[in-house]
Amino acid sequence: MKTVYVIVVAVIAVAMITLGLLAYQQASPTRTVTLNGAGATFPFPLIDKWAAEYHKIKPNVKVNYQSIGSGGGIQQHIEKTVFFAASDAPLTEAQAAKAPNTLHIPITIGGVVPIYNIPGIQKGLKFTGEILADIYLGKITKWNDPRLAAINPGVDLPDKEIVVVHRSDGSGTTFVWTSYLSCVSQEWREKVGRGTSVNWPIGLGAKGNEGVAATVQQTPYSIGYVEFTYAKKNNLTYGYVQNAAGEFIEPSIESFAKAAEYAAITLPKGDESWSKVSIIESIVNNTRARGAYPITSFSYFLVYKELNVLPNMDEETARALVEFLWWAIHDGQGYASDLHYVPLPPSVVAHNEETIRMITYNGQQLLK
Amino acid sequence: MFASSILLFLGLMIYELVIGSWLSIQTFGLNFLIGTKWDPVFQVFGALPLILGTTVTSVLALLIAVPISLGISLVLSEYMPKKFGFVISFLVELLAAVPSVIYGLWGIYVLIPFLRDHVYIRLQTLFGFIPIFSGPIYGSGFLTASVVLAIMIVPTISSILRDLFLAVPDSLREAMIALGATKWETVKAVVSYARSGVIGAVILGLGRAVGETMAVTMVIGNKFQVWPSSLFDVWYTMSAIIANELLEATYDLYVSALINVALVLLLVTLIINILSRLIVWRTIRLTRGVVKE
Repeated sequence: MKTVYVIVVAVIAVAMITLGLLAYQQASPTRTVTLNGAGATFPFPLIDKWAAEYHKIKPNVKVNYQSIGSGGGIQQHIEKTVFFAASDAPLTEAQAAKAPNTLHIPITIGGVVPIYNIPGIQKGLKFTGEILADIYLGKITKWNDPRLAAINPGVDLPDKEIVVVHRSDGSGTTFVWTSYLSCVSQEWREKVGRGTSVNWPIGLGAKGNEGVAATVQQTPYSIGYVEFTYAKKNNLTYGYVQNAAGEFIEPSIESFAKAAEYAAITLPKGDESWSKVSIIESIVNNTRARGAYPITSFSYFLVYKELNVLPNMDEETARALVEFLWWAIHDGQGYASDLHYVPLPPSVVAHNEETIRMITYNGQQLLK
Repeated sequence: MFASSILLFLGLMIYELVIGSWLSIQTFGLNFLIGTKWDPVFQVFGALPLILGTTVTSVLALLIAVPISLGISLVLSEYMPKKFGFVISFLVELLAAVPSVIYGLWGIYVLIPFLRDHVYIRLQTLFGFIPIFSGPIYGSGFLTASVVLAIMIVPTISSILRDLFLAVPDSLREAMIALGATKWETVKAVVSYARSGVIGAVILGLGRAVGETMAVTMVIGNKFQVWPSSLFDVWYTMSAIIANELLEATYDLYVSALINVALVLLLVTLIINILSRLIVWRTIRLTRGVVKE
């Protein structure tokens, strides 16, 4: 009796598994293609959204993106273990030499904003680049410094020491922030320089955007910097920054897009060297860049021009990758604003179209 | 067989770390240990501030944690009824299972504001004339890190100590009482009997403190400097800088320098272990014949 029972259960189980497998195969008649990518954490929520939405349109394509940091993404791109990488900074000359024929595709725009905690003062405190650099160099130590007071008339700035907060972990945010400070202050450029981590002259280090935000919120009279998306989502008190046209610009999706438009005029071709590309540098001295927020940067996809160089790559996957890239810079941009990312301006999209058309597999152009 | 596999693991680990940090060792040599600058932009790396930071925060944590742990474990094993002690020791051990990132978050949102507004400021008004109590108070800092570390290692140390004291034969206590000793004298004899085990428990706590990463990096302030200007100043540790910078280390020498820090951390841990073993052997030899081990 007992054996019969066991056999019946086993038969039912096997039948159900078989049926399930059959149903699964019918649901996906073609092979599933997985597009593996890795890199920056900043665009992760956007890429994650793209992956989910794209899977709805193309059920047989799965985008698998791991946010391990720009450095890790570039490393995997050089080692050819991923199909695409994302980075907040373009490849340096040395990195580009290790990964020849890499295409840069800007996918979204980010801005870094100064945040502060001064009891009684709301958002919109005005800063200039020189003042931010001198605060981070430790040369301006009090909130009621005459230079700060001069550009903030009517604001009752307290006679308190400024507590400087910066990122302790290596990050694209720090890269953008220190690039800006290097552009506006010669002393910063010579003493500290720009990088994902730098030798900070003063201040407290906190881990991640969330760490900087928490430290600033917990410490009265402190100043820090975070990604705009993070500041917006968490309602942090952020300041305005002066641009070369002399305007104090509120960080916003519009003012970042403006900055990207001015920078797009001088972008190199997708397969040329991008190591010098920087929205910050292209507008920091451009007195006609009205309405542009100065601390703005691109986030990139890095893709090989000839996809055949990747192991595990076949033509079907290559085609799926190119189609996904095309979708990301067009329809994908529609998801940006809701997540507080900046959609690419039309001029940059047009530039990207040209770049994506360069991608080949075995010398064959994949998109005409 | 299994013991030799541990040796093999240790050997492999050291081998891997040496290979990984070879570029840094070639570039900086022993200067890496006494270098006081960490500048990824200009490619200069030295680890002395990190070594000091790790050692001082861990030792400070131990100074706070050991008396508290001794107290807890003695109350549980000597003073409290067994049933009661069981419940409380269960709760203490539960604390040991809390993930360190939780301690870090709790440190940022609860401990830092409390220490800054109620403890540090009061300390400064009372003792501000002494240099180590002067200077700006951020809330985060190496003293805060030591307090968090102490809270993290108290459960580890005290639960081992409690088991240790419970294992002391009752005949010892009965003999002490029969000789007319007070309760306090009896307790002292119990601790003295378990002395070498006590040191072992402390070493275990120290090991956890030296290697702790998340909770420390969240509260220490992550400032690369050789020596803090006051008790309230910020600092850095070896494990924290690895966790912070490895992901975005963008060139080979940088990665190599971080792995070199890991190698130094392993060596520091080994040295601490060996030193404390020596202390244990010494105490055992000195006390042999006084109390039977």
